[in-house]
Amino acid sequence: MPVRVEADIKVWQRRDRNKQLAIWGGWFAGVLLFAYCWQIISVNTTWFFVWDSPRIAADIGSRMVPPRWEYIYKIWDPLWDTINIATLGTMLALFMAVPVAFLAARNTTPHAYLIRPVALFIIVSSRSINSLIWALLLVSIIGPGVFAGTIAIALRSVGFCSKLLYEAIEEIDHSQVEAIEATGASRWQIMAFGIVPQIMPALAGISVFRWDINIRESTVLGLVGAGGIGLQLSSSLNILAWPQVTLILIAILITVVVSEWVSAKVRHAII
Amino acid sequence: MAEVSVRAPGRRWSKPPFIKSPGLRWGLYIGATIYFVLASYSILVDVDWQRVYEGLPRGAKFLGGFFPPFPFANIIETGGFEELAAQRLIDIGDGLIESLTMTVTSTAIGILISVPIGLGAARNIAPAPVYLFCRGIIAVSRSFQEVIIAIFCVAMFGFGPFAGMVTLSFATIGFLSKLLAEDIESMDPGQAEAIRATGSRWPQWINYGVQPQVMPRLIGLSLYRLDINFRESSVVGIVGAGGIGSTLLTAFDRYEYSTAATILLIIIGIVFFAEYSAGKIRARLQ
Repeated sequence: MPVRVEADIKVWQRRDRNKQLAIWGGWFAGVLLFAYCWQIISVNTTWFFVWDSPRIAADIGSRMVPPRWEYIYKIWDPLWDTINIATLGTMLALFMAVPVAFLAARNTTPHAYLIRPVALFIIVSSRSINSLIWALLLVSIIGPGVFAGTIAIALRSVGFCSKLLYEAIEEIDHSQVEAIEATGASRWQIMAFGIVPQIMPALAGISVFRWDINIRESTVLGLVGAGGIGLQLSSSLNILAWPQVTLILIAILITVVVSEWVSAKVRHAII
Repeated sequence: MAEVSVRAPGRRWSKPPFIKSPGLRWGLYIGATIYFVLASYSILVDVDWQRVYEGLPRGAKFLGGFFPPFPFANIIETGGFEELAAQRLIDIGDGLIESLTMTVTSTAIGILISVPIGLGAARNIAPAPVYLFCRGIIAVSRSFQEVIIAIFCVAMFGFGPFAGMVTLSFATIGFLSKLLAEDIESMDPGQAEAIRATGSRWPQWINYGVQPQVMPRLIGLSLYRLDINFRESSVVGIVGAGGIGSTLLTAFDRYEYSTAATILLIIIGIVFFAEYSAGKIRARLQ
């Protein structure tokens, strides 16, 4: 126990001296790094605009109320598109994610040094690239529209779903698999009866969780032309129709809160 | 001796279904099928297959941009290093530095603000009005995608990395405070009570009773958020909030697929490195 002796009285302290010094050193390095980064940002900032921002915020705020309620008839359709992008995108992602996860999990991969790294690379690249960038890419390849958005969401979700799924596969109870093996089952039968029942709850949980995230992500895909409510948002912003923007934001807020509620309920029912 | 049938009586075994109640199961199947058909129809009816077909060569060209990535491709093609290529590399470097500084500052600011809000949003620590207020902040921050917040920040603070930094800090608050609050709510009350029994004041109670229990997870989450912030910093640039995203958008707009591919490869590399080192740090902490 770290104890400091002060005038013959032992005083308890939380850490010994070297550890304390190391922690202070770490803090010092962290603060230096922060100051350096802040410096770079500060150089690239027009501070006049920042000091002026409260006035601008108040101005935008005053233009945003009251919301233009009549506009709601024009956003039902994009809202339906947004939900479709998220749902079908998630489904498509699951179709691709399941095989990738089986290839990436240490205990089910056909080859640990040839195939596993490829699967891991697919997972990392899909996860690193935001769905908006996927959408940007797909819009320039297959043209603007809901279809590009759906595929963008799917490509972004593959990595997320397979990562969580392969971790679930690696954590399965091996004795169940052995029991199936002992009956003389084939490789596919072992998968179907030994592994799949164990990861089914995880798979359901992951898909609902990702669906909830995808709802949120698909609300902005329209900004780059990939369909959904983001399209209305960007056109309203372009013509500075702030009351419409407010209404769209309210619609997004409600959709996201409802989807989060549904997702939480389903996950609660499964686990 | 008469023939004896060895067939055992009874039914053939089949796998138990995943959803037990038959009504719910069939209801879900039918509902999902109807929705699937409707939704696929509404998506596929709008697709311009001619356009998709025409775009495929462009997709191939983009994929070709990865092999080899652009600076090397330039050397192979021209035998030397062109001025234009050097300029592109400088652009990419500038965007990258902006992204990284945005990531670091926004994560630091986000953590600083989210700790008090996380404390306030934990039901077992905060009084009801504080709890509701903090939960409200978290709900707003979590509901809107970073890009939407970025649009407003750009409108308020002007173009540039400052708007991106504010956006990412705001998004960090929602993420970290929520998970921190959940962690505090599920902590072991015994330890906290033991500290309280020594007659500690409130800050001491938090410092010695609560903080040691949530610290490993808070560090893990902060590292994870650092990673997310970097990934998000690559998109807030699309609406003008600085970072590598604006460089990427320019590359796409000019159909410079090899530059775009290089940027994407760099992003993938950094995320991979960050994830790997975060895993190492987390393993040491636990």
